[in-house]
Amino acid sequence: MVTVNLKSPPAEHPLSSPWQWRGPVTQGTDGNQEGILASLPCSLLPWARSLVVRWALLPPCPPASKIDSLRSKVDLLKLPLALSNKSIAERKSQLAGARDQSTGGGGARQTRPPTRDMDNESQYSGYSYKSSHSRSSRKHRDRRDRHRSKSRDGSSRGDKSVTIQAPGEPLLDAESTRGDDRDDNWGETTTVVTGTSEHSVSNEDLTRVSKELDESSPLECKRFLGPVLGGCLGLFALVTPLAFLVLPQLLWREALDPCGTPCEGLYVSLAFKLLVLLISSWALFLRPPRATLPRFFVFRCLLMVLVFLFVASYWLFYGVRVLEPRERDYRGIVEYAASLVDALLFIQYLALVLLEVRHLQPAFCLKVVRNTDGASRFYNVGQLSVQRAAVWVLDQYYSDFPVYNPALLNLPKSILSKKMSGFKVYSLDESSTNNSSSQSRAMIAAAARRRDNSHSEYYYEEAEMERRVRKRKARLVVAVEEAFTHIKRLQDDDPAASSPKHPREVMDPREAAQAIFAPMARAMQKYLRTTRQQPYHSMESILTHLQFCITHNMTPKAFLERYLTPGPTMQYQRENSRGRQWTLVSEEPVTSALRQGIVFSLRRLDFSLVVTVQPLPFLRLGEEFIDPKSHKFVMRLQSETSV
Amino acid sequence: MSFIPGQPVTAVVQRIEIRKLRQGEHLILGFSIGGGIDQDPGQNPFSEDKADKGIYVTRVTPGGPAEVAGLMMGDKVMQVNGWDMTMVTHDQARKRLTKKNEEVVRLLVTRKSLEQAVRHSMM
Repeated sequence: MVTVNLKSPPAEHPLSSPWQWRGPVTQGTDGNQEGILASLPCSLLPWARSLVVRWALLPPCPPASKIDSLRSKVDLLKLPLALSNKSIAERKSQLAGARDQSTGGGGARQTRPPTRDMDNESQYSGYSYKSSHSRSSRKHRDRRDRHRSKSRDGSSRGDKSVTIQAPGEPLLDAESTRGDDRDDNWGETTTVVTGTSEHSVSNEDLTRVSKELDESSPLECKRFLGPVLGGCLGLFALVTPLAFLVLPQLLWREALDPCGTPCEGLYVSLAFKLLVLLISSWALFLRPPRATLPRFFVFRCLLMVLVFLFVASYWLFYGVRVLEPRERDYRGIVEYAASLVDALLFIQYLALVLLEVRHLQPAFCLKVVRNTDGASRFYNVGQLSVQRAAVWVLDQYYSDFPVYNPALLNLPKSILSKKMSGFKVYSLDESSTNNSSSQSRAMIAAAARRRDNSHSEYYYEEAEMERRVRKRKARLVVAVEEAFTHIKRLQDDDPAASSPKHPREVMDPREAAQAIFAPMARAMQKYLRTTRQQPYHSMESILTHLQFCITHNMTPKAFLERYLTPGPTMQYQRENSRGRQWTLVSEEPVTSALRQGIVFSLRRLDFSLVVTVQPLPFLRLGEEFIDPKSHKFVMRLQSETSV
Repeated sequence: MSFIPGQPVTAVVQRIEIRKLRQGEHLILGFSIGGGIDQDPGQNPFSEDKADKGIYVTRVTPGGPAEVAGLMMGDKVMQVNGWDMTMVTHDQARKRLTKKNEEVVRLLVTRKSLEQAVRHSMM
């Protein structure tokens, strides 16, 4: 690293001398990583905020967000909560989406009454999705509610469909009053509000809504602090050379030495270098931040400080040596500005290496395990700090890991509970100290002695479950195949279709999807219920997906691909501009570099990912040359073995 | 000692009982074998019929238990402890001779001189 030699020689020509020592420029930082355009209003960023991972350890920006959350609650209450299968969560997200389209940040937000989707309800009335008040389905409902209340805060769960209905509204069709098998109640997670009026929301719903709102907590001001700061610094650094050139012209134009061709050459080179600087800053640093880290991003801070110091020292020198004595050698000033631009280019190179290139060569192997169901993956990463590695792991998590389904976790209680229904141990002596330990020891001994059949029960239960799933899957596949045969794409040059004798109704994809949905609806619902996937797919989402598949000429198998295997978590994400909150739990300081043996975990509300770091082994690659002529073979000789 | 395919093999055999010698953790017999159905029979120096794929004794260590028991170089081993050795691979023959839990192996071996001796005695 060579520094600019700024010492000033004595006496006669104080004006020209500093420039003669100009050497290769320093390497410093460039504050443009966040980009100049980051200082533009945040309204441009929503398009990029779609999937953001963020950590937030500080409390959010208070007043505006509280008002917003209250406002959204009020808005929801204002909605006519009529019969629809849209969930409150969906409506809230629509509100949030509507709000986010307008000015973002912490500014004022306008709300749009979300009445546009209310018009679609009438199309669904033909299908039996409403809840019923019949006895059979009520007991169904109670069981479902109990099951659902066990696993709350499934933040990865998508739409919950809620039907709120006043008693007495006859929205049943004849099917739903029959037995359990024919209950076509689509909303598995229905809650029926009894005893309240049509237009009110029960307490349960309110708490659920507020919990959802809090979870995707309001936009933090802190998120944009870093990029804005970097942007300002970058802008300042870019404007500086131009300021160096312009100020003498403005202030003491007449006194300047005329500077002909060499200056113009310098102008050209300066202009191109600035252009290159601008374009590369845009390309590299003008990206919306994808995550907020709990501590400072060390390299970025380092680079910003470096840029600031650099530009400040240039300004200092300029102010003292040029502005005060009204330096007359304009060519020298131009060369000084050009040297600044060179230095900025080198700082940008340093930033590129530190921020982008250094972590590309793999150095560590991370093992990521989800603590609830043991799904694990191995990833290779380069030299990163703990917090950056955590961001990287989360990026991969959303597209690699199958979605977390809390319903699939535990052994059925019937198998485990048998062990617990053990012996009651009564102790006859009064000593209270070793009561509990002796009791537990006795119970353990008794349980160990008893013949334990729970493993065979588990085996048979698993086999039974698998058989059931396969049966339902077969029915579903057949139903879908048959349904797809009912429609076909209309070719433009098909004269027979438009003959007046057989007028066929021409439908757009949405209507076609609705038309063929009915025969496969029940098979689909049963399959989803058996594989415990019903919280992730509402009827609306299935219809949308069906419409999408029809539009793109997909076969039934392609349509079913989404439901037959649990996809990655990304598939079930809603468009949420607020981002997902994760907590990084680590014994090491989070800005320290990765090394062997570090273990940290990323916690969400109901599960966490445990990450273990191991270095990749050092490979000693040797060489062995085989002469191609050395491949010769003989018959096996009489071998002799001594015994 | 030649065999006619399809007919049972007949030969004059000598019973040889070898007591294995313990050397460290190995039990050794003191001779080397060659041949087998997976080997090349043309290389066998001891066989009359160069298509004979039987197991032959190629070397006897002097002073070893095999020599003491009367085994000679060039003998063809027909049976080991009741197991047939005329249609075995080389490795199978080795395994049958070197079983760890057997102290004594009883071989049936044949050689050309045996037949001559029998013929002489019959005359």
